[in-house]
Amino acid sequence: MKERDIAIQITDLKKQYRLGVIGGRTLQADIQSFFAKVRKREDPNKKLGQKTYAKNETFLALNDINLTVYKGERLGIIGHNGAGKSTLLKVLSRVTAPTEGRICIDGRISSILEVGTGFNPELTGRENIYLNGAILGMTRAEVDSKIKEIIEFSECEKFIDTPAKRYSSGMFVKLAFAVAAHLDSEILVMDEVLAVGDMKFQQKCLGKMSDVSSTEGKTVLYVSHNMSTIRQLCERCIVLDHGKKIFDGDVEEAIALYSDIKRGNMLPKTDLKNAKRKSFQLGSRQVLLCSAEFLDKEENIFTRDEKAKLRLTVESQTEMKHPCLRITLKDMYERRPGTMVCTDLGPFRKGENTIDLELDLHELSNGIYGTNISIFDYNEYGTVSSFDEVREGFYFEINQESDFIWNQLNWGSMQLARPRVIR
Amino acid sequence: MEKKWTTIIEPKRKLLDLRLDELWQYKDLIFLFVKRDFVTKYKQTVLGPIWFIVQPLLTTLMQTLVFGNIAGLPTDGLPQFLFYMAGNVPWLYFSTCLTTTSNTFVLNSSVFGKVYFPRLVSPIATVISSVLNFFVQFVMFLIFVVIFMIQGASIQITWVAALTPLLLVQMAMLGMGFGIIISSMTTKYRDLQVLVSFGVSLWMYATPVIYSASSLSDAVYGIIMLNPMSPIIELMRYGWLGSGTTPFMYWGISWIITIVVLFLGIIYFNKVERTFMDTV
Repeated sequence: MKERDIAIQITDLKKQYRLGVIGGRTLQADIQSFFAKVRKREDPNKKLGQKTYAKNETFLALNDINLTVYKGERLGIIGHNGAGKSTLLKVLSRVTAPTEGRICIDGRISSILEVGTGFNPELTGRENIYLNGAILGMTRAEVDSKIKEIIEFSECEKFIDTPAKRYSSGMFVKLAFAVAAHLDSEILVMDEVLAVGDMKFQQKCLGKMSDVSSTEGKTVLYVSHNMSTIRQLCERCIVLDHGKKIFDGDVEEAIALYSDIKRGNMLPKTDLKNAKRKSFQLGSRQVLLCSAEFLDKEENIFTRDEKAKLRLTVESQTEMKHPCLRITLKDMYERRPGTMVCTDLGPFRKGENTIDLELDLHELSNGIYGTNISIFDYNEYGTVSSFDEVREGFYFEINQESDFIWNQLNWGSMQLARPRVIR
Repeated sequence: MEKKWTTIIEPKRKLLDLRLDELWQYKDLIFLFVKRDFVTKYKQTVLGPIWFIVQPLLTTLMQTLVFGNIAGLPTDGLPQFLFYMAGNVPWLYFSTCLTTTSNTFVLNSSVFGKVYFPRLVSPIATVISSVLNFFVQFVMFLIFVVIFMIQGASIQITWVAALTPLLLVQMAMLGMGFGIIISSMTTKYRDLQVLVSFGVSLWMYATPVIYSASSLSDAVYGIIMLNPMSPIIELMRYGWLGSGTTPFMYWGISWIITIVVLFLGIIYFNKVERTFMDTV
């Protein structure tokens, strides 16, 4: 096989951040602290209750990344928040310098970490195209030769000589993306920029990106949380976790692995005693949610038709006549598709109470869901008082074979009943 | 076989690896930044660039009133109004260069944090866009010179006036040099920003803007002239009004200071630019 040309080679890349507060201080405060240290007094600028980090306590946002990207490749980079994706892109686009390691790049590189960087609202669309193009590394002559294409792609011909501050946000984004899509550089680095604009435009952008990669041989590095765009655009994918590269290869496998990391604990039993809670609660922990367990399951993966059996254990210090339960769902995009409320739990005895519930999940689309669980009470005026509220309850996944792929990001997490064709 | 790379990103760069050639590749960006500054500043204003001349004009009038008429400071036998204006116009350019470039990192952090281009592009563009202000103000000054000449005031334009472009470049370099040093420091210490406007207005009193250098005693003159801005203002005034001193020796020292400051500034700026996103 012919050896392929390398576009980017990353060797032993590390990026270190110091923990604690850096910068944002005043010269006066620094001098004060210095004298306090000399006189062995306590630092007057230390905030009360602030965690003090040892001077050398550091955090590796990127830990030993090795990566080779070949020319013309479309590489996806996925990982949960804080895995180091954005740091990697920042280092690649030279916004910040690495701590160790080396990156060799062959070809001009342009990075779009944000749509419309440097856009000035006072300038007209046309002027902004030139400015944005120049910021991204194009020369005037290059923009000149492409301006017609850019304007056409942006679908803003009518408003091109109007100041950008009069634009709708959608137009703004379209114009900005049009510039980015027509960059001349051989390597494009993009951070979730396609998560904006309407569906039609998104598809147009994705198409354009695939085009430039396959016909012009451009290399594309693309970071996103949106798996469907990754599927559509990329041919190879890496997964980052805690600053390390844990997978490199096939897109589907990478996505499967990513979902595994994302779902965290998918075991049926979830301990809720130490879960994250709402800070203030009535009656000083009179009622405590102890655990949640899916019965008759090995993993919390359900089909839509399945009825999930959930057992909750609640410890109560007092008797409660009408406790109520609320389970609010959260999807992968931190949105809340809906809430289940149960008002007929029956009275709580003093001590441990077990509640068995049957959950109907048939309206949810495929995906992973987290939960908020709350025990509450309400009086005759409808005022709700919460006794215990767990912010991060159990997780579960809906996985149903279907004749098409549900686009959760744009369509939402509720899969409503299909309309019946009557004629 | 060693492959030829376009770009190599490494943790440390050599101290003197300033990559000034890269700046040249981005000359279009400098131009567009200048244009942006100019366009955005005066869009939706009534008088537009006329505002350029309001500031030096009013300052000069005030100084003529306070220092000339009330305090009665000597002005080398020149019309007071012209004397002060000849000092104000260059000083205003210098102080604008310094204060605006000293903001570079903090003001542009949102753009710098998202995309790479040689960061020096920003201060250079600001300095150039201020030249436009200077130009308008200078033309106004020349108009007044002509008016006063017609009225028969004792002023003459000397050959030193031909040095004006050189003086302008020097002021730009000096202002930018100090400005980028301060901007590099403000990534860590925000309060230096306050010091700048305050410091600049104090600096003016150490420069013969509102008084004439020839009225000073020799010892004080020597000290005042070590201020790199002093010979510039004096030469400017001598060139266009034909009175005052021509401190060429001090001008040489001033150039040395200018080059050293700018050079150190660029080195420091380059050092900070690589990681400033982590501290700003």
